[in-house]
Amino acid sequence: MAAFQNPSEGSAVIDMSTLEDGAGLDDDISIASSGEEFVDVRKRERATSDTSDEGDPNLAKGLTGALGQTMAEQVWKTGSQQAKKAFNLYANIDILRPYFDVEPRKVMKRLLHTFVPSRVISIPQKVASELYGPLMIVFTLIAVLLYNMKSSGHTVREGTLMGTAFFVCFGYWWGTSALLYFIAYICNTHIAAIQVLSLTGYALVAHCVVLFLGTAFHSVGSHSMFYLMWAVFGGLSTIKMVLVYLSRTSGQTQRLVLTGTCAALHLLFLLYLHFAYHNIVEDLDQTLQLRVAPVSFSRHDLGPVRSTHPVIRRVIDPRAVDPMAGAQEVGKSKTRMERDTNQQLVELGLKDGLDKSVHSM
Amino acid sequence: MAATSVDVSDVTDQVPLDVEGDITVPGAPPEEDEDDFSTLDEPVKDTILRDLKAVGKKFVHVLNPLKGSRSLLREWDLWGPLVLCVMVALLLQGDNAADTGAPQFAEVFVILWVGAVVVTLNSQLLGGQLSFFQSVCVLGYCVLPLSMALIVCRIILAASATQTIVLFAIRFVTVLLGFAWSTFAAMAFLGDSQPVNRKALAVYPIFLFYFIISWMIISHTHSDT
Repeated sequence: MAAFQNPSEGSAVIDMSTLEDGAGLDDDISIASSGEEFVDVRKRERATSDTSDEGDPNLAKGLTGALGQTMAEQVWKTGSQQAKKAFNLYANIDILRPYFDVEPRKVMKRLLHTFVPSRVISIPQKVASELYGPLMIVFTLIAVLLYNMKSSGHTVREGTLMGTAFFVCFGYWWGTSALLYFIAYICNTHIAAIQVLSLTGYALVAHCVVLFLGTAFHSVGSHSMFYLMWAVFGGLSTIKMVLVYLSRTSGQTQRLVLTGTCAALHLLFLLYLHFAYHNIVEDLDQTLQLRVAPVSFSRHDLGPVRSTHPVIRRVIDPRAVDPMAGAQEVGKSKTRMERDTNQQLVELGLKDGLDKSVHSM
Repeated sequence: MAATSVDVSDVTDQVPLDVEGDITVPGAPPEEDEDDFSTLDEPVKDTILRDLKAVGKKFVHVLNPLKGSRSLLREWDLWGPLVLCVMVALLLQGDNAADTGAPQFAEVFVILWVGAVVVTLNSQLLGGQLSFFQSVCVLGYCVLPLSMALIVCRIILAASATQTIVLFAIRFVTVLLGFAWSTFAAMAFLGDSQPVNRKALAVYPIFLFYFIISWMIISHTHSDT
């Protein structure tokens, strides 16, 4: 009967089911259920039922208060434990920590050795599996690309340029690594995914160097300097990667497929970066080479910039459908710099010719 | 078990089942300490002034990083970085066409915050001792010299109609100074938290971060109005 025990003795577990039956009340009723006290009993029953209605909520409230509090604490503890576990599993920064465990000297050495292919292909060449170097190189490449874009003239859509640079660089690094790892998996190459990532990332040093030098020492009107650098730096880093893959793959066809893909992607990406975001001031430079009197104005003062390249055109003036239409719109612009340039073109006697060709289209 | 009649009312007597009480833990510090930390009842002006003073103190520390104070690290806050970031983004906003305005603010804002997060993650992965928000706080506050350089640049751009090479040189030197100051200040605060032989690895991302911001400032020379 005494489902309800004195909490100070015995267990603290309260059996709610028996309480809800009002078991404790039965005794009162049974004691009082004799003849003349029947009415009293009923009254008492009603009274007790009334009091039990009042007492039960009090009791229930009190018990659920204490019990509820305990339960709430339990739920909170379990929930936070589970959340911590999930967080530790998925967002744990410690997973990446081993890949950042490098010394500055090692990073420098690896950067320099990107251009030093190792000719040993009979035994698998050692490949670093580190992510610090490639990550910094990719960020540097993004910065160089921005420098490239900025110095290629009047840029209207800076937001698009930054996002494009970010997307292009990280997309190339991760996309090419994924593709090469997939091909390596098919071709039975003994290389890990993180090593492919690291290798591709380090090879981007060539891109940084070539693009930076190409923009900083831009030689007008000829791409020969760029092609030379492309062959030297791009070639060396490509050969380095190719030899690593050769040393880790067996079978002629597999070697050919893997190394061919790697070399093609690497070199073509460099070409793409140069020509897509290239300094198109060279068009204007060619135009203005006809000038007799030198006028000192910086490149940024040259307002109307035209290009036949679709990417650059869209970048400069998204409303432009074709280059000459863009020039026409720009020619009507009221900006000071464009007025200056138009004036210079008029002095050169070129503007009339340009207008004629514009209107004829 | 004794067949005692248990009255329901006994229950309420035996077990204190009040729904009110206090939430202090027995053995906790007494009430007076709690009142000191409770800032809910103070006037809003006091709260704002206190926060402003903290931000101002941190600005002074950034401008003078050699003073050696570590309050920038201990009590981090993100109000200062937010104010600086919004100011820099607003000033760098292009003001020619309406459609170029929005991306530029968002671009600068995103670059500043994402850049700070990336640099922080990098320093943590290299074994740094600072917490995430401490690093973000320091990096954000150290944008102050660059934002001052940006204000000077804007004044120069607005002051004269034609931009000569001399003015460009002044702007370039100002931004270069701001960049050097920012990088030096950030290194002064964050350098000690890195292992000694890996300081260079932590410096480079900070250098790149402030370099990109400086580049955005110096290349914002086209005032097309």
